Amino acid sequence: MIALLRRDLALAVRAGGGFGLGLAFFLVLCVLVPFGVGPEAAILSRIAPGILWIGALLSCLLSLDRIFALDFEDGSLDLLATAPVPLEGVTAVKALAHWLTTGLPLTLIAPGLGVLLNLPAEGYLWLVASLALGTPALSLIGAFGAALTVGLKRGGLLLSLLVLPLYVPTLIFGAQAAARGAAGMDAVTPLVLLAGLSAGTLALMPFAAAAALRINLR
Amino acid sequence: MSFWEYANPKKFMQLSSVLLPWVAGLAVLCLCVGLVWGFFFTPDDYRQGATVKIIYLHVPAALMAINAWIMMLVASLIWIVRRHHVSALAARAAAPVGLTFTVIALATGAIWGQPMWGTWWAWDPRLTSFLILALFYLGYIAMWEAVENADTAADLTSVLCLVGSVFAVLSRYAVLFWNQGLHQGASLSMDAEENVADVFYHPLLVSIGGFVMLFVALVLLRTRTEIRARRLKALLNRERMA
Repeated sequence: MIALLRRDLALAVRAGGGFGLGLAFFLVLCVLVPFGVGPEAAILSRIAPGILWIGALLSCLLSLDRIFALDFEDGSLDLLATAPVPLEGVTAVKALAHWLTTGLPLTLIAPGLGVLLNLPAEGYLWLVASLALGTPALSLIGAFGAALTVGLKRGGLLLSLLVLPLYVPTLIFGAQAAARGAAGMDAVTPLVLLAGLSAGTLALMPFAAAAALRINLR
Repeated sequence: MSFWEYANPKKFMQLSSVLLPWVAGLAVLCLCVGLVWGFFFTPDDYRQGATVKIIYLHVPAALMAINAWIMMLVASLIWIVRRHHVSALAARAAAPVGLTFTVIALATGAIWGQPMWGTWWAWDPRLTSFLILALFYLGYIAMWEAVENADTAADLTSVLCLVGSVFAVLSRYAVLFWNQGLHQGASLSMDAEENVADVFYHPLLVSIGGFVMLFVALVLLRTRTEIRARRLKALLNRERMA
């Protein structure tokens, strides 16, 4: 399983893996927001936590279909399914690899983009904490969506339609934690709920994703 | 003689062809009585005036929108556990009906909200939850349409329905956390002493019964259509093979 993780990371980081694309998309999105809503600092700092969360969510969504699609096309997913590791473990490792290549870098560059969006000073810690705790849930739910749509021709569009409603609780708790932190209110409650959500998806989604993969590989 | 015998498509078709006219007739009767009684023979509310009467469409539609999803969940579970095709087809048949009820509930709510709250839409927890429910229905229907192999589609949508149910409930509570409500509390509940004043309550019960019957009739009809469509496909395939 560690070998699988290494392989997935290497494939994602090397040329054609689209490693930087999600980050670049996140950057461009945050640059575009002030053009859309105007450059007033007060408005920007009010909406910055929400924009950063939505940006992170959309950048996550961009690379979701790569979790299983390439392996499905060249047949290595069949090999993984028959390998002596449980398929649940494979999906968990693939979600972890997705998180390490999108969720973690997004969390790390988010404070830089917070400066662009005039995020209040007390908000940075909460923003990073909420992204660090919330993006694993995004990757795990996304892995389930990717497993559902892996064999389809126009899976990408369907994937976003399926996954975005599933992201609602994560987005609410994450953005609430970041926004309350930025406004100087108590942000521990949403943060704890967010961590619970991530832990719950970590426990359950690999099984759902593996079930969907088994159906699609039949 | 057991309930599972009706998982046989032939038995199901026989039973549903007998039941369908009765259920449909009962639906028409209940809806006519409930709506006419509700619209024309109840007094206006002393604060809301005549707008209160939209309750006879709004509450039953909202109730059935949620119950339709629960019915799909049960049918999906039956498909996963016992692999009865009729069950998978019934879940598929119920989805567009449930979506329509959700849209009716949202639309009637907006029409009522405009004069009463002064706005068509507010990001109130109940309204938002219903919008999210509509999105779940859309995703479920899209999944059915996207997969070509019928059994794969049934399996994938069942898994989606199970996971979606968990997240629908999660979203409901997350939304409550996110914003305070404008919508009044539950109009109907089992344990309340008196729910709505009796003059409004009795026609409401009749129209809820009408909506339940309407849902059953539509699902039976659509399931029959799905079974016939699948038979037709099998016949065409056999023709091509010969």
